[in-house]
Amino acid sequence: MTETFDFVEVKVPAKPEYVGVVRLSISGIANRMGFSYDDIEDLKVSISEAITNGVKHAYNETGEGEITIGFGVYEDRLEVMVADHGGSFDLNKVKEDIGPYKEDDSIEELREGGFGLFLIDALMDKVEINNKYGVIVLMTKYLHENEVGLNGDQISTTQ
Amino acid sequence: MNLNIDVDHEGNNKYVSLSGEIDAYTAPKLKETILPLTQDAEATVVVDLQQVTYMDSTGLGVFISALKSTKEYGGNLKLIQLQERVYRLFKITGLTEVIDIETDSTVRGGM
Repeated sequence: MTETFDFVEVKVPAKPEYVGVVRLSISGIANRMGFSYDDIEDLKVSISEAITNGVKHAYNETGEGEITIGFGVYEDRLEVMVADHGGSFDLNKVKEDIGPYKEDDSIEELREGGFGLFLIDALMDKVEINNKYGVIVLMTKYLHENEVGLNGDQISTTQ
Repeated sequence: MNLNIDVDHEGNNKYVSLSGEIDAYTAPKLKETILPLTQDAEATVVVDLQQVTYMDSTGLGVFISALKSTKEYGGNLKLIQLQERVYRLFKITGLTEVIDIETDSTVRGGM
């Protein structure tokens, strides 16, 4: 049986002033789906990080180009795709640069811009990055109450 | 979706009060305001985030810059009254280890 889902697409100019607009979109969609307040905040940060990356890396802050955001609204999860079609960045280098601050790191070495992807990874349930044509970030967050009884049989109701 | 920044000087003590959202759009303005404050020798810069309802890694970046700058000029940086959600980002990234953040009874619920 194929899984049905609603798909919502939003396209914004690759400019920092539109990050907040997309944040409001995801907040509305996640709220409709029944995500908790904390999960909605996680989604807002994650999508902002992905778009900020798109604005910064792919377009070198020239403000040209567009970022496409796709929301896959499923019964048990929200899939978010953030795609830019600009130049790509060295993904391996970015991966090396991400991670939390560790005690033996010196303050001088702290990366001012290095926490974006790390936060997405920490706040979402699943993250995939495709770097072939521009950059596509695909991230998923599950609705917690549905996680337990995925096959439906385990959900009991009182009548 | 904006950020208001109020600055109070009292000699070397600088008090920065923020309200609104810190993201890719508002972070540059915040950085422009905070960095010069940290460049006075031995300045103490206190940033009040009580009214900050949203922040992401762009905000972390600004505070890392400010921290580096205060160290360079022999000063101090302190963040106070963080909402729980905002504090959580410092915690996840491990930055609570290096940035002076007042948490006792000041970490607030997000609502």
